Parts: sequence; C-alpha cells; structure tokens
Amino acid sequence: MTARAIAPALRALFGTPLNAVLTLAMIGLFWLAIPPFVEWAFAHATWDGLSRKACAPDGACWAFVRARFALFIYGRYPVEERWRVGVVLVTLAVLAIGALFAPRGRGWCLGLLMTVLPIGGAILLTGGIFGLRPVATGDWGGLMLNVVITFVAVLISLPIGVALAFGRQSELPVVRWVSITFIEVWRGSPLLAVLFMGLIMLPMFLPNGVTVDNLVRAVVVLSLFESAYMAETIRGGLQGVPKGQTEAALALGMHKTGAQALVVLPQAMRLAIPGIINIVVDLFKDTTLVSIVGLFDLMGVINQSLKDPNWLGLAMEGYTFAVVLFFFACLVISLAGQTLERRFGSASRTPRR
Amino acid sequence: MSPVDQPNAALPAGAAMRPAPAGRPRGPWLRTRRARATLWQALAVLAMIALLLWLAGNARENMAARNISFGFDFLGNVAGFDIPFHILPWSNTDTYAYALLVCLVNTLLCAAMSIVLASALGLLIALMRLSGNPLAAATARAVMEIVRNTPQLVQIFFIYIAVLQALPPPRASLAFGAGFFLNVRGLLLPAPTIDGRMALLGGIALFLAIAGWFGRQPGRLTGVLLGPALILAWAVAAALSATWELPALKGFNFVGGLRIPPELLALWLGLSIYTAAFISEIIRAAILAIQHGQTEAALSLGLSRGQTMYLVVLPQALRILIPPLTSQYLNIIKSTTLGAAIAYPDILQIFGRTVLNQSGRALEVMVLLLGVFLSVNLVTSALMNRWNRKLMLQGR
Repeated sequence: MTARAIAPALRALFGTPLNAVLTLAMIGLFWLAIPPFVEWAFAHATWDGLSRKACAPDGACWAFVRARFALFIYGRYPVEERWRVGVVLVTLAVLAIGALFAPRGRGWCLGLLMTVLPIGGAILLTGGIFGLRPVATGDWGGLMLNVVITFVAVLISLPIGVALAFGRQSELPVVRWVSITFIEVWRGSPLLAVLFMGLIMLPMFLPNGVTVDNLVRAVVVLSLFESAYMAETIRGGLQGVPKGQTEAALALGMHKTGAQALVVLPQAMRLAIPGIINIVVDLFKDTTLVSIVGLFDLMGVINQSLKDPNWLGLAMEGYTFAVVLFFFACLVISLAGQTLERRFGSASRTPRR
Repeated sequence: MSPVDQPNAALPAGAAMRPAPAGRPRGPWLRTRRARATLWQALAVLAMIALLLWLAGNARENMAARNISFGFDFLGNVAGFDIPFHILPWSNTDTYAYALLVCLVNTLLCAAMSIVLASALGLLIALMRLSGNPLAAATARAVMEIVRNTPQLVQIFFIYIAVLQALPPPRASLAFGAGFFLNVRGLLLPAPTIDGRMALLGGIALFLAIAGWFGRQPGRLTGVLLGPALILAWAVAAALSATWELPALKGFNFVGGLRIPPELLALWLGLSIYTAAFISEIIRAAILAIQHGQTEAALSLGLSRGQTMYLVVLPQALRILIPPLTSQYLNIIKSTTLGAAIAYPDILQIFGRTVLNQSGRALEVMVLLLGVFLSVNLVTSALMNRWNRKLMLQGR
C-alpha cells in the first residue's frame, strides 16, 4: 500500500481532534472486547464432550450445542421421522430459490410454494395418512417450528391484509369502520398479551367439546396480528399507485373490481415489497414468543435444555447460538427480500437512464 | 367518488352512460348502486352480529357450565398474593383493583425508563454512524445490524439468564464505587432523601413543563426543549442538595439504598438496546433527509456550525422524526409485556397470569388488559401528535 492510499484513511480517522479521540476510544473498546471474546469462543472452547464436566472452565462449551443440535433444529420430532421435516424444509428452500432466481418458471415455483407446499407439508409433517406415522404437533419444535409458523402465518396474513387494506379504503362506511377497528385494535395490543389470551380464551368462545390444537391457536393469533400490519403496509402501496392507473383501466372498460385486482393491486404489492419483508423478519423474530405460551420453538427448547442437570450453567453458549442462528436466518430473509425487490419491485419497471 | 369512475360504476346498474342524478335512481330500486351498497352493508352487519352472538352464546354456556358469571365485582376482593417488586405500597390484603394500579405503575415505570435510555442510545449510535469516522461508523452499523436481526426475547433472556443470573452473590458484589453495587439480586444505588422545599420546587418545575407542553409557546426548538431542561436543572439541584443513603452489606445481604431487581434491569436493558437500534436508523434518516443545501445556505448566511445544527437542521429533522419515533415508543410500551417471560411483575404477569389463575375470570381479565393497553397507546400517541403539531406550526 502506498502513502497515497493511506493518507485519506488517516485523515478520516485522525483528521480532527474529535475524530482522533473517537478512533482511540474505538480501538480501546475493541482491545477490551475482542480478545477475551475470541479466547472464550474459540481458543479455550471445548467442542467435544458428554457433559459439562468435559468442558474447560474458562472457555465456551460448544459440546453442549453439538450434543443438542438436533433438538434445537427438530425439537422432539421422532428421530426416525425427521427426514419428513428435512424434505419439507428443503422443498421450501428449493422452491424459494426457484421463485427468486430460476431463469424461467418463476411463477410456477411461486404457485407451488403457495399451494402444494402448505398442503403437502401439512400432510407430511402431521402424518396419519398414506402409511405415515402420525406426529402430534406437541412434538414439533426447534427452529423448524419457527420456520413453519412464519411460513403459514405469512401465507394466511397476506390475503387478509389485502382485504383489510381495500376495506379500509372502501366507500361503504360499515366495511371501512370494521376494517379500521380490526386493524387498530390488533396494532394497539401487545403480541404476547393476545397470544396469552388466544391460548386461554379460545376454548371459552367455542361450543362445548370443540378443542383446537395449541399450535393452531398460536398460528391463528399470529396470522391475525400480522394481517393488521400487512394491511397498513399494503395500504401504503395502494396509495402509492397513481390515480391515473385506475382511471385508465376504467376508461378501457374494465369493471371496477377488475381494475383494482388486475391493475392497482399488482403495482401496490410491488411498492409494498420492502415493507412486507420487514414484517416477515419481525414475524420470524416474534415466533419466539410462542415459547412463553408453552410451545417448544428454538427458544423454548434452549430454555428447556439449560435445565438439564448434565449441562447446567451454559446459558451463554445456548443464547449465543440462538443469536447467531437467528441473525443468519434474518439475513437470508432480508437478502431474499432484496432480490425480490430487484426482480419484481417498483424499481425493476422504471426505464433505465 | 371521483367524477371519472361514476359513469362506469353506474353501468352494471343498467343506467345510461351519463351519471344518474343523485337521489333519483332509474330502473328497479334494487338495481341501483346505492341500494346494493346498503344491502351489502346490512348483510355484513347481520353476519357480524350473528358471529358475535354465537361467540357470546358459547361463552355464556361455557361460563354457566363452570358456574361463573360475568362482572367486574371480583375486583373488590382481597388479592392475597405478593408482588415482588412495586413502587406503590403493596400488601397482600389489598384488592385486585389496587393490584391493577400497582402493576400498571410497574409497567409504566419500565416503559418510561426504556424510552429515555433507548432514545439516548439511539442518538449515540446515529451520531457514531454520522460522525464520518469509518471505525466508529462501522462499529455502530455492526451493532445495529446484530441487534435488529435477533429476536427481542432472545436478547432479554441473554441479559437476564446468561449475564445477570451469572453474577456473584451479594457478598462478592461488583462494586463500582460511590455506592453502586451489582450482584445476582440486582443493581444497588444510593437512595436520595429530598427535603420538602426541594420536592415543592420539583412539583412547580413539572407543572411548568406540562403547562408549556400544552400551552401556547413559540414554535422554536428552544421552546420544545425548555420543559425537559427545567426538569433536568431541578434534578441536578435536587441531587446536590439531597442526602444520599448508601447501600451497605450487612450479613448476607445489602441494607439501605435503592435496589433495581434483575428482572427490571434485564427488561429495561433489553427493550432499550433493541429499540435503540431502530431509533438510530430513524434519527439518521431524518438528519440525512435535510438537504445539504439547507446547511450550505445557513453557513453562507454566517451561522456557525453549531447554530446551523441547532437552528436549521435539527428543527426540520425533528419534524420527520416524530411520527416514526412515536411508533417506536408505542412498541416499547407494548413490549413491556415481555416482562412476563422473566417474571417481572408487570400488568401481563400479574393480571394475565396470577389474577387469572386465582379468580378464573378470563373474559374480564382480557377486557381489562386490552383496554389498558389500548388506552395507554392512545394517550401516548395523542401526546406525541400534539408535539408533532407544535413543531409543524413553524415554517410552512
């Protein structure tokens, strides 16, 4: 590196007294934080072992995470049936990649993702027909549960969100006020409180003897909750479509409903992609709340594993693993969203200058 | 309805191409647009009423089967449980209604503490990213991305279980000097005793600040900051004049001083750090949104850099800032319910769990909980909107 390349960097770091102080403070912070962390996480870490006793006292005990890895991913899903989870997750990944990157047939991938995968996945995961052993939803768990809940909740909340967004703009006062009330009540309530209530209250409002699976209850509550946020994002998209589009469609003789569904909505969804991706990331993070209402998602499984007498006192390792896993999962969703935005988003249709 | 879509809307009704004059529908009454709209709405209302009646009927049947009736009279009963952390005085002979108030205060305390810390941290991260120092900007960005992309609950558990529960017992407390101690039972602080005159002055300062908030005031940044400045000045004066009682180790535990329990500490830090990451982006976007021309114009008029920031950039940035900041503050208030995950005695933990289990009044508890959160949210957004309007008055 020549002096010419170094000079601007030095100026940026030490140009003014304030900058110099800031740089030194940052270096001091790194000095204090990074070497101990590297020492703990890597240099002194133990990767193999059958219990806490095998681990070095001053390093991370990754043996714990390794021993529990399958549990963290699949929960208590029966070991010999885990291939079913694998098939569903791989299909999800393949179809998602296909919908984003395939040179042709992207629409097919998207269609399969939204129709065949949910139905096939439900059959495969639940079992009970085609000679598949039934697996109770109470045994679903780990990261797989977070992914499944997110996927299903997005699938349900998108159409409801579209309906609510149109409803909020409707000329019919009853429809408008019902939509506004629905959206604002959900948005004003804390998710954990409504999850609590959903799990405790639902049996109260159903006819005697009708029971609903705990997982289904959680998914329903999460879907309704997210649909209110979806509605607001999609409404933003609808408002971003120029009025001339509706007018042009009507002038061409389209019916009013057709103009909204075929002309306005597709453009609105394009505009709403970044907001929808944000909601999906939030939803994925919020699925951890189901651990408080008695489901064993990744968070719940980790909390449970920390109480194992063989692995006591390894909270730091367990939660660090959760942080890393969630960070990369959210990163994948964000990257997929950015690709979606480039391919289908509003920017993709503006003429390049 | 716009004039353009009127003729088209009338088409399926069999009317002429020109819009039918309002109030004089042609053809059979049922086939006019207005009639159909009314009909659809009436059907929707009927369907909704039917659904609500069905739900209510089921609820009544279920409640009758369990021999409970609907009503809020149980709020007058003696609670009989302990609330491990409370600011208002509490004994287990108090009523459920009073328990609601005590844990609402707990919730609001945590929310207020988190709003202050999150705003400060968010400002710090935003300033680091805007500092022009690549090292500081990159660090701030990395911290922000990690915090934003991991669940809030994981962060709270991390702080609570992996950090605070791993602290030494009281006898081996970490001492920070000046009466600050940290141990597995929480953070210990010196407790101030403020005399009557100082408390009176505090009341006056608070009144002036609130009056200034609601009253007419010049729409300047100075006016907006006057209230907080007044309260800050009082706090400094009170801190200097107060007598401080230091916590001291007696036997196995500390005596005296203030104690922040680990649950509150974890919830406070967790909510603050998580929201700060989002607030920093909002602040940064708001400051970057003020066109550079504004700064250049101010500088060319002879204003100093500080004056440019204080008189030109910040007042305009505040306007952009307030609506998204409001929703972050509302998020903090709603997220205090996560306290239930680590047994902080907030309103969800005490009412949604303890009271519900004791009294079995699920419906009433749900109504109370959602009512409380909806009204707290409405009040907060009303206050923030008022501030927003105040800032909007200037200029434009």
